[in-house]
Amino acid sequence: MSESFYEPGEPLRDAKAPAGPIEDRWTTRKFEAKLVNPANKRKKKIIIIGTGLAGGSAGATLGEAGYQVQQFCFQDSPRRAHSIAAQGGINAAKNYRNDGDSVHRLFYDTVKGGDFRARESNVHRLAEISTQIIDQCVAQGVPFAREYGGLLDNRSFGGTQVSRTFYARGQTGQQLLLGAYQALMRQVDAGNVELFARHEMLDLIMEDGRARGVVVRDLINGEIKHYTADAVVLASGGYGNVYFLSTNAMGSNVTASWRAHRHGAYFANPCYTQIHPTCIPVSGDHQSKLTLMSESLRNDGRVWVPEKAGDTRRPSDIPEGERDYYLERIYPSYGNLVPRDIASRAAKNVCDEGRGVGPGGLGVYLDFADAIERLGRKSVEAKYGNLFEMYERITGENPYDTPMRIYPAVHYTMGGLWVDYDLSSNIPGLFVIGEANFSDHGANRLGASALMQGLADGYFVLPNTVGDYIARTSLPPVGDAAVQEAAERVTGQIDKLLSIDGDRTVDSFHRELGHIMWEYCGMERTDEGLRKALELIPALRAEFWTRVKVTGKGEELNQQLEKAGRVADFLELGELMVIDALHRSESAGGHFRAESQDEDGEAKRDDDNFAYVAAWEWGGTGERPVLHQEALEFEYVKPTQRSYK
Amino acid sequence: MKLTLRVWRQQGPEDKGSMVEYKIDGISADASFLEMLDVLNEKLIADGADPIAFDHDCREGICGMCSLVINGTPHGPERATTTCQLHMRKFKDGEVIDVEPWRAKAFPVVKDLVVDRSAFDRIIQSGGYISAATGTAPEAHSTPVPKPDADAAFEAAECIGCGACVAACPNGSAALFLGAKVTHLGLMPQGQPERWDRVVGMLDTHDDEGFGGCTNTGECTIACPKGIPLDVIGRLNHDYLRATVGGKKK
Amino acid sequence: MAVTGGILVLFLLMHMIGNLKIFLGAEDFNHYAHWLRTVGEPAVPRRTVLTVTEIVLGLAVVLHIWSAVSLGRRAHEARPVKYQAKKKSHAQGYAIHTMRYGGVTILLYIIWHLLDLTFFVVNPKGGDATPYERMVADFDPSRWFITVWYVVAILLVGLHLHHGVWSAFQTLGLRTPRSERALRGLAVAVAAVVTAGFISVPVSITAGWVS
Repeated sequence: MSESFYEPGEPLRDAKAPAGPIEDRWTTRKFEAKLVNPANKRKKKIIIIGTGLAGGSAGATLGEAGYQVQQFCFQDSPRRAHSIAAQGGINAAKNYRNDGDSVHRLFYDTVKGGDFRARESNVHRLAEISTQIIDQCVAQGVPFAREYGGLLDNRSFGGTQVSRTFYARGQTGQQLLLGAYQALMRQVDAGNVELFARHEMLDLIMEDGRARGVVVRDLINGEIKHYTADAVVLASGGYGNVYFLSTNAMGSNVTASWRAHRHGAYFANPCYTQIHPTCIPVSGDHQSKLTLMSESLRNDGRVWVPEKAGDTRRPSDIPEGERDYYLERIYPSYGNLVPRDIASRAAKNVCDEGRGVGPGGLGVYLDFADAIERLGRKSVEAKYGNLFEMYERITGENPYDTPMRIYPAVHYTMGGLWVDYDLSSNIPGLFVIGEANFSDHGANRLGASALMQGLADGYFVLPNTVGDYIARTSLPPVGDAAVQEAAERVTGQIDKLLSIDGDRTVDSFHRELGHIMWEYCGMERTDEGLRKALELIPALRAEFWTRVKVTGKGEELNQQLEKAGRVADFLELGELMVIDALHRSESAGGHFRAESQDEDGEAKRDDDNFAYVAAWEWGGTGERPVLHQEALEFEYVKPTQRSYK
Repeated sequence: MKLTLRVWRQQGPEDKGSMVEYKIDGISADASFLEMLDVLNEKLIADGADPIAFDHDCREGICGMCSLVINGTPHGPERATTTCQLHMRKFKDGEVIDVEPWRAKAFPVVKDLVVDRSAFDRIIQSGGYISAATGTAPEAHSTPVPKPDADAAFEAAECIGCGACVAACPNGSAALFLGAKVTHLGLMPQGQPERWDRVVGMLDTHDDEGFGGCTNTGECTIACPKGIPLDVIGRLNHDYLRATVGGKKK
Repeated sequence: MAVTGGILVLFLLMHMIGNLKIFLGAEDFNHYAHWLRTVGEPAVPRRTVLTVTEIVLGLAVVLHIWSAVSLGRRAHEARPVKYQAKKKSHAQGYAIHTMRYGGVTILLYIIWHLLDLTFFVVNPKGGDATPYERMVADFDPSRWFITVWYVVAILLVGLHLHHGVWSAFQTLGLRTPRSERALRGLAVAVAAVVTAGFISVPVSITAGWVS
């Protein structure tokens, strides 16, 4: 069985969440945390990798608190981090709509939406903090959508029945990120944060089992530099680009997390990937990325395909009676608003039946004709105008006249480095926040919850918990040996990549890996397929290290070299994802195993055997990883089979 | 599609640089401009040549990282569109296309088509924010914001900081970028306490960075992929004069 | 630019109104020219108001040019490496692109104009004639090329104002989305009135309608 792919390890436990009623845990934890006195904060250094919602908000807050912060991003400015592309909104349990929302309901929805694979304590804290986030962002001048009375507007979002999503047209991520970015820039100006743009973290400096710094490459001139600190925070985002085609930015990568993993940081639940149902379908081989259309479109758009397979008529020629509004048919109570994993798989199923539309039959219609008739074109334009324009720019089709074509695409990764309640990895001194950690979304993330988690971690959670670590730990200066060792590892890898001088481009490997991952570890996974992937990936990796061609030198701006390092890590991560997917023979959220479904084809969990977090310990390249299980206990939300019917 | 590209190649900041011609065939009309460059780069690597360096990241028109002056126009011929969302169907088969980096003293070329835009970060550092330390915020509904103000602030806040305004401006001015931030924050009630210091601080940094002065030519707003209107420059001027001549700055 | 430009626009309007007096006949026109020198008497000595006006205008012109030159120099420094592709302009209107070279042409014209009708150096009649005689002699049909030169220069002034008037409001922060249409209209109106008003005089003389 799958045991042959991994070694069983010791069980794992989160020792940081206090006991007691769930509503009091965060308060208790904050009170128990040791404080760093303000004069001492000035002497303590914290390194943050990444400047997205989590990293940006953490840098701004820790800088304001008085720590010396050094912050790194590979983009040319912190404002480019991919959080900027989040469209739909941010959830908060404000209950401004008086529709029965509460902290407890947000907690409940998130645990249930995550298919009972998240830690209750973490999720409850997230729900509690959600309301403070909105207050904070409004104070920073984030121009949220408002009603005529001047108060904040809300909308509902996939997977929930209350209106708790705050938004700024289709650019909520942009506005929230600019708020965090501006707060961060203020700290840079004040001298509390030192900013290193166009710097990529390539290794972690470890001493006495603790994370003590990073080795980075200056992407402008290729210089390898090192920085040491009292704590290192990874806010480096998710790893969806392992699929080559995803809605992630071209530069999004797993390198920071992966290099920490190679030092012993556990990687948790890597197989939980969110496939977003509403993306623009692939148009050809040249395709370099996929573009998301906000989920909010499902509020007013109706999803359908022709009733008969192989129907190639134009959508306007297909009469109402010959259309299958399959989400409304299968899930009458949630209709088009079912959670993302369910909507994605339903789209795959109808396409598998040959009823898909557009080139290659990989697409379904998202139709606004009814909404335009009901609300008027003006009002639809006000709500979704920019999304419609974007769709038209990319496809050359006008969605006011003809239904959009959409298809699922990899969008978000729920897995990530394992962290405890304090957001500390199992390596002391290494904290992981935002999408880079695994903590809050279980096996599936609800819409508008990523922004909430990133900002909760950065503004409110980490600043409390990192202080506790620093206050309790007395650290000597980092020795030269530790720094030297890390720097040599980095230069060694760069030299190796440059010396291979093979005959295949980096992108060709990335594309092939992506194809394997999408085919065998995508929307539907099978034992057979995963085993196949487990043969293909190591072979591809071996080929990469003998045939890859990286042009140019190390001592210059070299985008091929940057990519090569990232793809090398994806080639290792991909294998771990497949192992995780293979070992988890249940279906849960974003992980659907064909062998584990009920009679209606819905995902079937196996709580008896899999109600745990799979935290993987690095075993070496091509070696078997070690599985540590963190058992999940549900005291407040009793696991049920999710039903959105 | 078959195309002839003339691309600015420059090894490093000190190199002089020149336009280099490339011929490329078999490009799909559905490819984006950057995907076309990807295809060209793959070909260059296969031939053992140095691929063209260019900035890009999200490829969905929001991160502001892509640049490129295409046939003399920042972000190319299509209005309100970033280079990454410009598709080849907007070009003719057989067309000759010039591709150059943003040109401004404040945006020095790093390599090929990549420029350094950190001057924009420094402008924001000198006042483009509202000081609100984490945890000090009042309840979000305590200050209503009239919807028209919130909407206008949002429109200005849509700026993606790409620098096309500077690239297009005959004077190399960043007034539109500056005006967008001053307008966004100046329209929100939360932005009032720092309003006058903000505009003076940001404008001083703008001038120190070596951007040119605005002469209201309007080229910026046309090049802007987000269509930020010229109104924001009017507001910038208005606030600056009130802050300085009007004595509002403390 | 905006403040000095504003002063100059006001002057142009006054100047134009004065010029139009030529259609009322020689006596009215000469009387007006005389009044310019005596206005303010006896409260202030002869030519006081005129001299003060001349100083203000002179300063305005110098500062206007100085601003333009420093903006131009900044622009030059702000883009040390130019684009290789022919720069495509998308901004509305020809006026914007004639501001700089048009401005230089207008300056050359002003110098000629002063030599002609203020210092009489290049005027066929010279200082002994009446202002009316000088005007009529200047634009005599035989000197049609002088008329053409004046018309071209005034057209450039008109273009300059078409952008300049609107631009001044923008620079002073007085333009808002609501006043946009009104300001564009005002700019067109001022430019049109000034152009038509100034051109009418030399053209009428050359055509023989005024003699």
